[in-house]
Amino acid sequence: MPISLDDPKKLRQLRDQAHQVAMNMLRPISRTYDRAEHEYPKELDLLAAMIDGISESGASSGAGASGVKREDADDEGSGVKNGTNLASVLGIAEMCWGDVGLLLSLPRQGLGNSAIASVGDADQQARFGDVWASMAITEPDTGSDSAGIRTTAVLDGDEYVLNGEKIFVTSGDRSDAVVVWATLDKDLGRAAIKSFVVPKGTPGMTVERLEHKLGIRASDTATIRFDDCRVPVANLLGSPDIDTSQGFAGAMATFDNTRPLVAAMAVGCAQAALDLTRDLLDRAGVTVDYDRPAVVQSAAAAKFLQMEADWEAARLLMLQAAWMADNRKANAMEASMAKAKAGRMASDVTLSCVELCGSVGYSEGELLEKWARDSKILDIFEGTQQIQQLIVARRVLGLSSAELK
Amino acid sequence: MLLLRNLRPGGRPGGKYGIARGESRDPIGYAVAALNRLARSDLLDRVGLRKQAEQTVFTVTRGGFRTATTAGRAFARAGRRGEAGRRASRPPSRGAFDLTPTEDEQMLVDVVTELAAEVVRPAAADADVACATPDEVLTAANEIGLPLLGVPEALGGISEERAVMAGTLVAEALAKGDLGIAVATLAPGAVATAIATWGTDEQQQTYLPAFTGADVAAAALALTEPRPLFDALDPATEARREGDDLVLDGVKSMVPRGADAELFVVGARLDGHPVLVIVESGADGLSVEADPSMGVRAASLTTLTLDGVRVPAANLLGSDDGTTYAGCVRLSRLAWCALSVGVGQAVLDYVTPYVKEREAFGEPIAHRQSVAFMVANIAIELQGMRLLTWKAAARAAAGKDAAREIGLARKLCSDKGMQIGLDGVQLLGGHGFVKEHPVERWYRDLRAISIMEGGVLV
Repeated sequence: MPISLDDPKKLRQLRDQAHQVAMNMLRPISRTYDRAEHEYPKELDLLAAMIDGISESGASSGAGASGVKREDADDEGSGVKNGTNLASVLGIAEMCWGDVGLLLSLPRQGLGNSAIASVGDADQQARFGDVWASMAITEPDTGSDSAGIRTTAVLDGDEYVLNGEKIFVTSGDRSDAVVVWATLDKDLGRAAIKSFVVPKGTPGMTVERLEHKLGIRASDTATIRFDDCRVPVANLLGSPDIDTSQGFAGAMATFDNTRPLVAAMAVGCAQAALDLTRDLLDRAGVTVDYDRPAVVQSAAAAKFLQMEADWEAARLLMLQAAWMADNRKANAMEASMAKAKAGRMASDVTLSCVELCGSVGYSEGELLEKWARDSKILDIFEGTQQIQQLIVARRVLGLSSAELK
Repeated sequence: MLLLRNLRPGGRPGGKYGIARGESRDPIGYAVAALNRLARSDLLDRVGLRKQAEQTVFTVTRGGFRTATTAGRAFARAGRRGEAGRRASRPPSRGAFDLTPTEDEQMLVDVVTELAAEVVRPAAADADVACATPDEVLTAANEIGLPLLGVPEALGGISEERAVMAGTLVAEALAKGDLGIAVATLAPGAVATAIATWGTDEQQQTYLPAFTGADVAAAALALTEPRPLFDALDPATEARREGDDLVLDGVKSMVPRGADAELFVVGARLDGHPVLVIVESGADGLSVEADPSMGVRAASLTTLTLDGVRVPAANLLGSDDGTTYAGCVRLSRLAWCALSVGVGQAVLDYVTPYVKEREAFGEPIAHRQSVAFMVANIAIELQGMRLLTWKAAARAAAGKDAAREIGLARKLCSDKGMQIGLDGVQLLGGHGFVKEHPVERWYRDLRAISIMEGGVLV
């Protein structure tokens, strides 16, 4: 098997289908739901049903949010697996080429679904397989420092009692359930943090308000309160034991799987901006030549070359992280590398594309200004740029979180 | 006034010393220039005022006198003129995304990695000063078959398949030792690979034996020209047909080991298209001049001047429509990308232990985010450079169009590679600025990436 970094042959059909869906279903309603913030994009129900259909037929190779689970067996005995993680990043990048906010709003494709797929046992995966699950980690006083969360879970008989407040819950209003991070014992630190599946309608759980945002306005971002909210013990994902030697590993394992997905969102959003800008520049008489040195081309073409090179690098880091997950290689560092690079690339690319296209880029008459707003969150959620750099630095330097704070 | 007149040719703005034409000299400037002229005269040396240490062998090298090229060996014509040469096969593709080198590639990388660590790196600092790679190092590289990597087995080489990927991995591993030495050792292979890839039967039979035997010829692929905004696809060197000959006029710069080379492949414009031409050293009208530069110094860079050089028309390498030439430029750029990845890795591997050992304010500087994040960014961008280079190499190896990927890889490796060079020095602070540590050499070397055309090829 020679080295190859082209998109895998067996996943190209899936990628191209996702591109067609993005172009023909998401783009036409992209501006509509950017303007109509908090309105439910009803078109997505049909799309979700279609995706479920494709999943059941097996044609999609498990793309989507729950495609991040790790499986065995290689491809056609070749020793290397191109599986659900690669399928997920390729599919999600294309969908986000359509619209990031709408992708985040897709029923049953929430980050909570990724958590259940990553951490849940077989029984939980079966029970919550058809549930649309969002993810609740951040609190008013706790962002990047997720070990400091204050939401508590207290065992009472065969139930856990949850108390606390969660903010920035993507699809928190629309989802069927929320995966909530809470601590079993604040004194025991990271190891005591567990995730719980809380179905909507559980008494004591209230959606307090929806945020007004810079971008991804099609996606509802909720604040949720838990007041003596009781869930069955079977809804705790993973092991209930507090294993201080394992630390944060259990809950954090989700991030190794979801960070490449966020990198994919950034790659897709940036590609949208690059594709349109290239076309607009072309019509303005600027062509980009890969063979001529950037310094002999126009400043616009040179900038484009730099952006496309950064984009390609981010995309390959994304594919690498997913490929490692498919092949059961530890990828925490590579996942963070992908997200760090893709996040900052998407900001540079989308903002620069607006600049290159002038008022055409700035006006709501085109989508360039929207992509420049949407992209910012991708360098923030699921771990900010700085958190990714911290993770990479600790791995490269071999330093603990106590040494490199 | 005599003094002033004498000053002008050298100190004229827009002429020498990096002075732009917009500069003009005022009275104080003339006085300083006069003082400088005194400082340069050999009077100080004759009365023993200048330290002997400044009189190194290296000032001879950079004296810049032009000499005829080495006479070199006689290449006996062989093979069938005009008949297509043998070509390496393409590796099979399964269409799966995979970052795992083949067993053969991994073996090669392991050997070259050892050579880079045990032989190349220890020789790097002296080779940089001397502007030459020691013979032992060149011999060691020849012994493990580096010049033959791009030559198929059927022609006496070592690869069954077109070894673009292997060449990329080898260049990366070798440059981890030192970029200048890597270029010096890979330079003959660039010519051998070009002839194996595009040569006619006659060209292959005539020239490849000089690379497959025990005494490997020094040779250089000369594509760069000395002018601002140089575009490799638009060479100013002219080739014109005269009867059965081609006559070449022009200047090529950054030619590795040009003074030793016995064979050149030169880029030139013929009938409006850029082409490659094989030129044997010792040809009339061919002269070479040392051109020590900011970095890549161990490669003994030279300027090659072609003044009415006459070669048989059969020395045209590949097609005359510009496609061979463009393909060669791309594969050479790919090799430079791979080299930059190796140098970047050297920087990362060097700064990592340094920042953990160096203490400031009572703890290792690695414990500070401003330092640690710099290291993280080196690691992130370096891996991006590597993956993009590998993608381009894998496409080229499989016979797919790789123009886009190579163009992007070159842009990325140039930009991010230079940033890695800058940060490498910065992380060591003042210690990074002195020659006690290699980071200042890597800084100088990494500036070459978007400038160099030719010299190496995969």
